[in-house]
Amino acid sequence: MKRNFLFDNMVVLLFVAITGIGIWFSGLSLGFVVMDLVTRIARNGLMVVALLIPVTAGMGLNFAVILGAMAAQIAIIAVIHWQIAGISGILLATLLSTPLAILFGIFIGRLLNKTRGQEMITSMIAGFFADGLYMLLLMVIVGTLIPLRNPQIMLPHGIGILNTVDLAILRGAVDDLYRLSFPHFMVLVAVIFLSIGAWFQYSTRGSRQPSAKKALPFFLIAGAAAISFVLTRSPDSSFVIVSVPVVTFAIIGLACAFLGFIATTKLGQDFRTVGQDQHVAKISGIDVDKTRIIAITISTVMAAWGQILLLSNLGNLSTYGSHISVGVFAIAALLIGGATVTKATVGQALTGLVLFHTLFLVSPMAGRNLLGDAQLGEFFRVFIAYGVIAVSLAMYAWKRAYAGKRQLRS
Amino acid sequence: MEHDNYVLEMKNIGKLYSGNRVLKDVTLRLRPGEIHAVLGENGAGKSTLMNILFGMPVIHTTGGHEGEILIDGKVVAIDSPFESMKLGIGMVHQEFMLIPGFTITENIKINREITRPNIASRIFGPALKSLDMEAMDSDARKALDTIGLNIEEWTKIAGMPVGYMQFVEIAREIDKADMKIIVFDEPTAVLTESEADALLKAMKVIADSGIAILFITHRLDEVMTIADNITVLRDGELVRTLAKTETNAFQLAELMVGRKVEKIVQDSSSMTKSEIAVSIRGLKVLMPGENVRQVDLDVFAGEIIGIGGLGGQGKIGIANGIMGLYPAAGQVSIFGKPLALSDTKAAYEAGLAFVSEDRRGVGLLLDSSIEINIAFTAMQMRNSFLHRLGPFSQLAYGKIRKHALKKIADLDIRCTGPMQLTRRLSGGNQQKVCIARALALDPKILFVSEPTRGIDVGAKKIVLETLVKLNRELGMTIIMTSSELAELRSICQRIAIICGGRVEGILSPDASDVDFGLMMAGDYHKFRGKEVV
Repeated sequence: MKRNFLFDNMVVLLFVAITGIGIWFSGLSLGFVVMDLVTRIARNGLMVVALLIPVTAGMGLNFAVILGAMAAQIAIIAVIHWQIAGISGILLATLLSTPLAILFGIFIGRLLNKTRGQEMITSMIAGFFADGLYMLLLMVIVGTLIPLRNPQIMLPHGIGILNTVDLAILRGAVDDLYRLSFPHFMVLVAVIFLSIGAWFQYSTRGSRQPSAKKALPFFLIAGAAAISFVLTRSPDSSFVIVSVPVVTFAIIGLACAFLGFIATTKLGQDFRTVGQDQHVAKISGIDVDKTRIIAITISTVMAAWGQILLLSNLGNLSTYGSHISVGVFAIAALLIGGATVTKATVGQALTGLVLFHTLFLVSPMAGRNLLGDAQLGEFFRVFIAYGVIAVSLAMYAWKRAYAGKRQLRS
Repeated sequence: MEHDNYVLEMKNIGKLYSGNRVLKDVTLRLRPGEIHAVLGENGAGKSTLMNILFGMPVIHTTGGHEGEILIDGKVVAIDSPFESMKLGIGMVHQEFMLIPGFTITENIKINREITRPNIASRIFGPALKSLDMEAMDSDARKALDTIGLNIEEWTKIAGMPVGYMQFVEIAREIDKADMKIIVFDEPTAVLTESEADALLKAMKVIADSGIAILFITHRLDEVMTIADNITVLRDGELVRTLAKTETNAFQLAELMVGRKVEKIVQDSSSMTKSEIAVSIRGLKVLMPGENVRQVDLDVFAGEIIGIGGLGGQGKIGIANGIMGLYPAAGQVSIFGKPLALSDTKAAYEAGLAFVSEDRRGVGLLLDSSIEINIAFTAMQMRNSFLHRLGPFSQLAYGKIRKHALKKIADLDIRCTGPMQLTRRLSGGNQQKVCIARALALDPKILFVSEPTRGIDVGAKKIVLETLVKLNRELGMTIIMTSSELAELRSICQRIAIICGGRVEGILSPDASDVDFGLMMAGDYHKFRGKEVV
C-alpha cells in the first residue's frame, strides 16, 4: 500500500513550520536557543517518556502523571526536612517517591478499569481531585495530625508547608555530576548511537523481515550528531558555552532503552494486545485489567522520577504549583511529535520534546517582535501549550474522518 | 453404537432463554476427520448450539443447557471458553478475532508467545521474558504452509484482503497443540469465490490430518462440495441428519426454509405495475455488519415490497442508508426526483418515513410519553404541533393530545393513556407507537425494518395487519425489511432477496421454498440459471 508521507505526518510538519517561523521572528541566536533547549529537554524529558506505555496499552494520554509528580514532591519535602543534600538526597527522594507512585498508579489503574473508554477525561479529573487531597495534606494535615516542626519549610504559624520551598541543597545534584560542552557531547552521542545502530544491524542481519531494519534512525542521528560536532567545534562558536548535563540525558536514554526492552517482552506484547483490542485479548486469556494497571503504574513511577529530575534542575519547589501543568506540557510535547491517543513512539516523544520546547522558548520573543507587546508574548506560551493539544487532537479526528470517506469512495 | 468412534457427541441438547425455547433435543455426532455441515436460517439455533459447545458465559448465566456433551466418549462439562480450548475445540470466528495492527505471527501466537528468559525476567518474573520472534515466525510459517497460504508471516493484518484474514484465523487454530475439533462459523460469508474455493481446499487438508470439522453455513453448493454429513436445523429443532450421498441441494434448501405460511393478503397477484415510487441504482451503504455493496431496485407506488435475506447480508443497510443514518453512496430517486443521500432531513421532506429495526435504541424516546413520541419527528421536520411565537416555539399540547388519542384508537395501542412512558409498553405496543410516529409525517413511502422482532405472536399479526391496512386504505407504499421470510410472504406482493450486499433476485410470495432457500443462500443462479419476475 502506498503511504502518503505528507498526509501521515501533517501534525509534525505543521509544527516544524510554525517553529521555523517562530525562530525567525524571535531574532534569537541559534546558540542561545540550543543552550536553553538542552536545559529544558533535560528537565522535562522523563515526564514525556512516562506517557508512552499507557498509550501503547490503549489507555490514551495519561493526564494522571501529575499524581506521580505529587508523589515526588511529597518525597522531596521530606528530604528537605531531613536536610539530606546532594545526590544522596536525590536518591532518597527517588526511594521514597517510588512506593507512593506505585500506590497511586494502582489506584488510578483500578479507577480507569471501571471507566473504560473514557480514560483520558477520567485521568484528568482524577488529577484535579488528587490535587485537592494533596493540598489538604500539605496545607492542613502537616503541622496538625502530622506533628512536623520546621520553620524552614513551614508557614510561620506552624501549620502547612510554605508556598515556595528552597531546594538549594538539591540543586543541580544530578545535572552537575558530569557536564560536557555541546560539541563534545555531540561526539558522545555519535559514538553511542553508532554502536547501538551497529548492534541492531548485526543482530538482525540474518532476518528476512523488513521490519527488522531498525538500525537506520540510529545511524541518521549519529550522522547528525557528527555533523553538529564539525559545525560547532571551533572555539569561537557560541555553542562552546552550552554545557550539557550528561547524567540527566543518560537517565532519559536509559528510560527510552527500558521502553525498547519492554516492547520485546511478553509484557510488552500484552500491552499492545490489550491496547489494540481488549475483547480479543480477553478471549485469548490475557488478564486485561491487571495489564492496564501495570501500564499506568509504570507510567506514574516514571513520572515521579521525572518530577524529581525537574525539581532538582529548577532548585526550588512551588509547593502548590509545580505539578499542575507538567501533565499538560508533557502531553502537548508528545502530541506535537506526531503521536496520537492510540500510537506513540520514543522517536515521536523525542521529536516532540525538541519541537515543543523550541516553540515554548521562542514564542514570547516572536510574539513581542510581531505584536510589539511583551505581555502578549507570555500569553503566547499558554496559548501554544493548550493550542497544540487542541490542534493535534482535531487533526487526528479529521484524518480519521477523511480516511472513512476515502473508504466509501473506493 | 461404539462410542470410541466419535470424537464429539452432543446428545439431546436443549436450551431455554428465560422460558423461551431456542433449542430442543438436538443430537450431533462427529468422527475424527469428518466434515460435518450444520445448515439453517438465522435463528435456527446454530449459534446457540455452538455457544453451548464453547461454554460461552451467555449459556451459563442463563441457566445452562439440557443434554450432555461427550468428547472421545467421555462426558465433559464445558463451563468456560478456556475449558473448551483445553479439550481441543477451536473456533474460526465469523467476525474476525484478529488484531489489525499486529503481524500474522503475532496474531497466530496471541497469548501463546514463545519466550526465553533474560536477566530481567529472572529478577522480576516471567512477564519480562523476551519474545522469541524467530521461533514464533517459524511456527506461524508451518501453520500457514499447512493450509497453503502463501504470504509472508510478518505482514500486518490491516490492509490484507478479508480472505487472507480468514486463513490467519484458521492457522491460529491449527497451530494450537492437540486440536481435535475446529468449528468454522460461516467462514465463506465474506469471501470471494476463488478465496472460498481455496478455503474449502484448506478445510479438506485439515480434515485429512484427522481433525474433525463442524462447518456452519448456509451456502448449499459448498455443503455439497465438501461435507460428509449434513445436519439441518430449523426453529431450534433438528430437521434431519443426512449423508451427502443421499441428498441434493434442492432438498436441503427445502428442509432449511420449509414452513407453513399464513397469508394475510390473499390477492397478491392482482397488483398492477404502476408508477415507480422509489428507484435505487448502485446503492452502497457502510453499515457495520450490514454493508450494502451494490443494490438496484425499483419499488412501485402502492405496493408492499419485502426485503429479505439472511443476517449480515446487507438487507438492513438499505433503509438505513436511504434514510441517511449511515454513510451511503449511489442514486436514489423518489417519484423521479433525485434524493440527497446521507441527509435524513431531505429524506423526510421527500415523503419517506422510517420505522427502525432498533426500536429501543433509535426508534423511541423511552423515557418520554407516548404522545411526545408520536409527535416528536413531525415537530422536528414539519413544525407541526407547535405554536410559533416569533423566533420561539412552544409545544401545542392540545393538538398533540388529540392526535395521540386518535392514533391510540386507530392502531389499538394498549396503554394506560397518552401520558404513559414508552419504556413501560410491551414490544408490540412500542412498535405501534413507532408506526404512529412515522405516520404523523403523512409519508407517501414507509420503510419498516424488522417490525415484529422481539414481539409475541399475537402482536405480530396485529402489526402486520396494520401495515396492510395502511397500504390498502391510504395507498401507502411500504418497503418492509425482515429476517422472517414467513411474514414477508404473508403480506408482501414481491420479495427481494439480498445476498452479499446485492439483490440476488425478486420472487413472488408464492414461489417455492426451494427457490427462497437457494436465493437466500446465494446459490439461486448457480442452480437455476434463470431470472424470475
